Amino acid sequence: MRFMMIVKATDESEAGVMPSDELLLEMGKYNEELVNAGIMLDGAGLHPSARGARVMFSGDKRTVIDGPFTETKELIAGYWIIQAKSLEEAIEWARRCPNPSGAEGQIEIRQVFEMEDFAYMSDASREQHARVEQKLSGQNG
Amino acid sequence: MNERAAPVAATHRAIDAVWRIEAPRLIAGLARIVRDVGLAEDLAQDALVAALEQWPDAGIPRNPGAWLMATAKHRAIDRIRRNQRLVRKQEEIAHDLAIEQALAPDLDATLDDDIGDDLLRLIFTACHPVLSPDARAALTLRLLGGLTTAEIARAYLVSEATVAQRIVRAKRTLTAARVPFEAPQGADRAARLNSVLEVVYLIFNEGYAATAGDDWMRPGLCEDALRLGRILAGLMPDEPEVHGLLALLELQASRTRARTAPNGEPILLFDQNRALWDRLLIRRGLESLRRAEALSGALGPYTLQAAISACHAVARTPEETDWERIVALYDALAALLGSPVVELNRAVAVSMAFGPEAGLELVDGLLDEPALKNYHLLPSVRGDLLVKLGRYGDARKEFERAAALTRNAREQTLLRERAAACAIGVAPKR
Repeated sequence: MRFMMIVKATDESEAGVMPSDELLLEMGKYNEELVNAGIMLDGAGLHPSARGARVMFSGDKRTVIDGPFTETKELIAGYWIIQAKSLEEAIEWARRCPNPSGAEGQIEIRQVFEMEDFAYMSDASREQHARVEQKLSGQNG
Repeated sequence: MNERAAPVAATHRAIDAVWRIEAPRLIAGLARIVRDVGLAEDLAQDALVAALEQWPDAGIPRNPGAWLMATAKHRAIDRIRRNQRLVRKQEEIAHDLAIEQALAPDLDATLDDDIGDDLLRLIFTACHPVLSPDARAALTLRLLGGLTTAEIARAYLVSEATVAQRIVRAKRTLTAARVPFEAPQGADRAARLNSVLEVVYLIFNEGYAATAGDDWMRPGLCEDALRLGRILAGLMPDEPEVHGLLALLELQASRTRARTAPNGEPILLFDQNRALWDRLLIRRGLESLRRAEALSGALGPYTLQAAISACHAVARTPEETDWERIVALYDALAALLGSPVVELNRAVAVSMAFGPEAGLELVDGLLDEPALKNYHLLPSVRGDLLVKLGRYGDARKEFERAAALTRNAREQTLLRERAAACAIGVAPKR
């Protein structure tokens, strides 16, 4: 099973405060632990929402709202994709994430959909999906 | 700081998760101290039992790894003291005292920085050539994969008692053969590393293409093998073939969900819906391959196989595949391994690059090969080539022969269908 461990934004991350040396060191160790355990597949950190935007949908209408966004705790600051045997294992890994400054924070854990979750898809959707993925593979290859 | 006591079942699931994470480091750290993998595992199990007794009430400790280590060390000291009351040889007592000293000073300390070296020693010990291949796989999954005996039994379709016995015997063999808890150096190292890589590869293959039974694959084992492969790459970053093996596993695993139809029937590479291939695993596989190639002089066998797999991974269709490069890679692999199975694969690549006639000529050259006498893929490949040449009658006989040779029920069905199609003079759909 794959899980996304989503790091929620904080006032500091939203203010664009770069992580302290201490945090970088601790996070580096933690990432190394995930890699050494053979479970980390991917991960990245995100710039503050001030450098992003939202496209709002309402029927045919599209409205663009520039960042920053106010509801800090709902925003995402980064993520890991890990491979784990169970939700419990993913939780156990998330618990180990360092928090040297002692600040309030949150990691949300969500299971990633995998292809077998789409068994209900119609042939037409599958075909469409196949075409896109093939183009993608051409670009990545 | 402990969390509130959760319902027992939930705590047990959490303990399982902690165990999976901590077991390898715990056993490796203990094995360095007590210099016996079997004893180290027993001590770790003791600590697990203590956790199962205490954590449901007390909550999971903040640093569960350190708790387990401290508990296991206490048990080790208990055992040593108990042994010391018996009349024994002077040298054994001296040996135990040295161990006791190693145990004593940091009872509550967390695991130290040498853990990578300890894990490496543990891997080399679990994959020691003195053990049978089955025992190596079981011990590796148990000690390094953090799998329970029951999980290993389920994956290998054998009884739990069989696996338990296999592990007990393996631990005894290691003790009896006085296998030192060391990572080999010098001349020995290459052969021993090969044994390690082989174990991981066999575990993966056991999951990828079950040799018997109804299940075409058991993906759980593939994930376990991948995890082991990634751990190895972290522990031995300078070994090209470690990255080569990892690349091969990532690339093979990327096709897992394309390999079976909804009804459970196998789908062969050429017929797979490539949109179902896992892009993340392909990307990781290609990265590992680049690392392996950068570290290699001449490419090793795992790296070559990964390079072949990569040719498929980046091709949008079977026809757009760089078959000539695959032929060249198989040439190198055949020169290295001299294996008839590799020759057979090479023949398939040749047929794709230069036409079915050329492929068939090579396959026919393998018909008297003793190693392929009962290998179902020889008649299966020959059947495919004969179909392409329009020789349905001959092809039918080959598919029937292949069906009789395979032990995989799903594959057998597929081959019989092909034979039936040939019997009425049409090309099999797949």
